[in-house]
Amino acid sequence: MSADARHLTGHGQDTHDSHAHSSGGHGTVQSYMTGFVLSVILTVIPFWLVMGNVLDNSLVTTLVILALGGVQMVVHVVYFLHMNTKSEGGWTFLALIFTIMVVVIMLAGSVWVMYHLNHNMMPMDAHDVMNNAR
Amino acid sequence: MMHAETAPPGAAAPVFYQTDEEGHHSEGSTMLGFWLYLMSDCLIFATLFATYGVLGRSYAAGPTPKELFDLPGIAVNTAMLLFSSITYGFAMLEMDRDRVKQTQIWLAVTGLFGAAFVALEIREFVHLFHEGAPPWRSAFLSSFYTLVSTHGLHVSMGILWLIVLMVQVGKRGLIVENKRRLMCLSMFWHFLDLIWIGVFTVVYLMGVLE
Repeated sequence: MSADARHLTGHGQDTHDSHAHSSGGHGTVQSYMTGFVLSVILTVIPFWLVMGNVLDNSLVTTLVILALGGVQMVVHVVYFLHMNTKSEGGWTFLALIFTIMVVVIMLAGSVWVMYHLNHNMMPMDAHDVMNNAR
Repeated sequence: MMHAETAPPGAAAPVFYQTDEEGHHSEGSTMLGFWLYLMSDCLIFATLFATYGVLGRSYAAGPTPKELFDLPGIAVNTAMLLFSSITYGFAMLEMDRDRVKQTQIWLAVTGLFGAAFVALEIREFVHLFHEGAPPWRSAFLSSFYTLVSTHGLHVSMGILWLIVLMVQVGKRGLIVENKRRLMCLSMFWHFLDLIWIGVFTVVYLMGVLE
């Protein structure tokens, strides 16, 4: 694969002028390979942490793999989706920020609200169970 | 416009206006529009993730993720999707340099990796059914199947789209329209890989941890 990459790079420089105008939204071999290598590393670490039971504390492991997942998503957006603050006059970036905001509110809000709901319903459940058992 | 009114009937002025404007405009707005579609798709997945986040621990005395999930299998699945992402990247690089044959080869490789991903996922589902873990067994399994199979369905549609585009490129070559379509599919494909990061982290890895 690396031989291929070098091959492509050589040509990329030859035809630099002809595709310079259209390459605004695309990556180069280097950017794709950087993204790929980073993704592999960021995928292998969480699998290793969980499958090898490396950290004894499962809460710490959860936080670490969530953080690594978040970082890998950023890597994909930057290196594979070629997102930057200037493409399409900044509108794609604005849409992305808006979407992230809505997603965070939706995820955190749902889990938070439903957790408390479950928590508050608990005594009633236990009560019912006790009544039924009696 | 003024020109068209004052010009004699049959003048070429309106035609001249149209061709000049469209080439630039449609490409930019297609990319932005497709990006907005992806963002709305992202919201669909966010609701499914939220549902799983709420119901993911409601086993109804049924099987738990730890008993069901086979992490080495999921790791292979993840690798398939990641490889397909980089091979699609190579297809785009070849497309930039107008090499039809190489573009087609990388697209075919991407499609094969995608098909392997879908096949492994179907095999996993069949296995889960045999283990006594169908969607109706518990709220956890209902939300699990909804989330994962929605993603799988997206990948399957992506493969279908890929095949259609390969036929298009085969027939017409790498014309502007086909390049635009391939760029849209590129965004779609990488976006699905991004969603899969969330799936393997939240559903599989965190499920087994609990």
